[in-house]
Amino acid sequence: MATEIALNIRKIFVGHAVITAQLRLPLTPPSVTILFGPSGSGKTTILRCLAGLEQPEAGTILCNGQIWFDAATHVHVPPQARGLGYMAQDYALFPNYTVEGNIAYGLSGLSVQEKQARVSEALSLLQIKQLAQQKPTQLSGGQQQRVALARAIARRPQLLLLDEPLSALDAPTRTKLCEDLRMLLTRLAIPSVVVTHDWTEALALGDQMAVIDEGHVLQTGKPQEVFSQPINADVARVVGIETVVHGRIREIRDELATVQVGPVPVIAVASPGLESDVFVCIRAEDVTLELAGSSETSARNHLRGTVQTVTSLGALVQVTINCGFLLTALVTRSAHSELRLAINSDVRAAFKAGSVHLIPRR
Amino acid sequence: MNWTAIGVTCKLATLTSLTLLIIGLPIAYWLTYSKWRWKFLIESIVALPLVLPPTVLGFYILIAIGPHSPIGRFYTDLVGHPLPFSFQGLLLASILYSLPFAVQPFATAFEQVDRKLIEASWTLGLSKLKTFFKLILPLSTAGLITGVVLSFAHTLGEFGVVLMVGGNIEGVTRTVSIEIYDEVQALNYATAAKTSALLLLVSYAVLLLVYAMNRRVWSVWPQK
Repeated sequence: MATEIALNIRKIFVGHAVITAQLRLPLTPPSVTILFGPSGSGKTTILRCLAGLEQPEAGTILCNGQIWFDAATHVHVPPQARGLGYMAQDYALFPNYTVEGNIAYGLSGLSVQEKQARVSEALSLLQIKQLAQQKPTQLSGGQQQRVALARAIARRPQLLLLDEPLSALDAPTRTKLCEDLRMLLTRLAIPSVVVTHDWTEALALGDQMAVIDEGHVLQTGKPQEVFSQPINADVARVVGIETVVHGRIREIRDELATVQVGPVPVIAVASPGLESDVFVCIRAEDVTLELAGSSETSARNHLRGTVQTVTSLGALVQVTINCGFLLTALVTRSAHSELRLAINSDVRAAFKAGSVHLIPRR
Repeated sequence: MNWTAIGVTCKLATLTSLTLLIIGLPIAYWLTYSKWRWKFLIESIVALPLVLPPTVLGFYILIAIGPHSPIGRFYTDLVGHPLPFSFQGLLLASILYSLPFAVQPFATAFEQVDRKLIEASWTLGLSKLKTFFKLILPLSTAGLITGVVLSFAHTLGEFGVVLMVGGNIEGVTRTVSIEIYDEVQALNYATAAKTSALLLLVSYAVLLLVYAMNRRVWSVWPQK
């Protein structure tokens, strides 16, 4: 039995977009699949179709060999029978139940002892034991998210579906909870599908990802590969970050981190909570190219390298430089000709420490 | 004051509102969640007693349950006496007459339950029926009380339908509003005034309860 989701659907919204998605997602645990795309791209609809909350007009959805949906034979397994943990964007906690009541809500088939054991297991896994008797309205956004996760996992689902699990939170909480979520998903080893429009979340959480735009799946692959090697201009536009490489933190001093990327050190502004392994992310428009031997600038990073590829993008030229790792820069056409950037020519790339995004990855 | 009439009225109003609680819930549920495109046809029928003159409604009910209709004949064969001008007939008419006053607050309450909560319940494995009892109903208590109280109050004051279907039989179908009419006809203004004041007080108290429960402007029809 293949542990995978095979989805091939067409969903029509009258007066809106048509979603035509084909996806084949292996679910070998621990596996976190990211559905990535801008808002309105159709990623939430795909998730809702997986949950059984939305019925496509045509196509099939299979999970682990089970038919969940088949338009041709009118098969529609209801959400109740899919064995899911589903978390909506705003968490949808039941206001008339306590935290404990919310978590126990879906455990009606179990004995009293088993139920209590599951509830306290979920409470301690998410470190919310102290909130057990509170009502959802008394909780902060981050606490609500933990309760919603606890409720979703208490039934031990075969698949977790999370719709924008972090977008309802403020930025500092988000960074913290993003790491916690990755650790939780790894520990649970329940295959998960996570919808997000935030590339930092996609990198921090995902083992594989599908880029979705205007109702189509544009590219699938490992997040880092998809970000650094978009198959076409549409994907590149959607993901919006060109250089994503693995790095290892060597030291952090005065809130500046020195990260070893392959053979070269990169200086970056350190955000709190960083440990050793990180993704180093640099936008192409933040990279300046200069001729070797020019004078000092305020940029902390100056990397020597050779030009690998040159791609014309209208008024701009995208240049990839091998400087120990592949770095993408975006320069104007005039700069390109002044610097005489030919394949294999020597060049120096500069970027500020503040332009380097470090994303923790355990 | 005629305490027999008050007793009949209270019994009628209580039975009507309790019956409406039982049959109104499934109707309101269906009206709220059905995706049937011709749903508005049923919605309009449920709302009809709001605008129809009570005498017209009473007339049709009288015909429908009378000895010449299949329903009327069936009932007479079963029970031994005809439905019109009996308490049972009056109860049936009251239920139909007060139907929108129960169904519409119920439907409004159901509609205010966030769809996402219902979906969350489904994905947690609860059937639609269990979701109704564990989630939708507890979140709709204010609407349920409003519906029961309003149908109770509405039944207290009905006149036209009672006269058409129930007649004016002392101890069986003579209700407070008919009693008042009779007293005025007999020029017993003092008795009519007392009974009227009682009905006014009860009605006001009932509405106070509804408004206090909801703390918002009460709307008869679900807001879309």
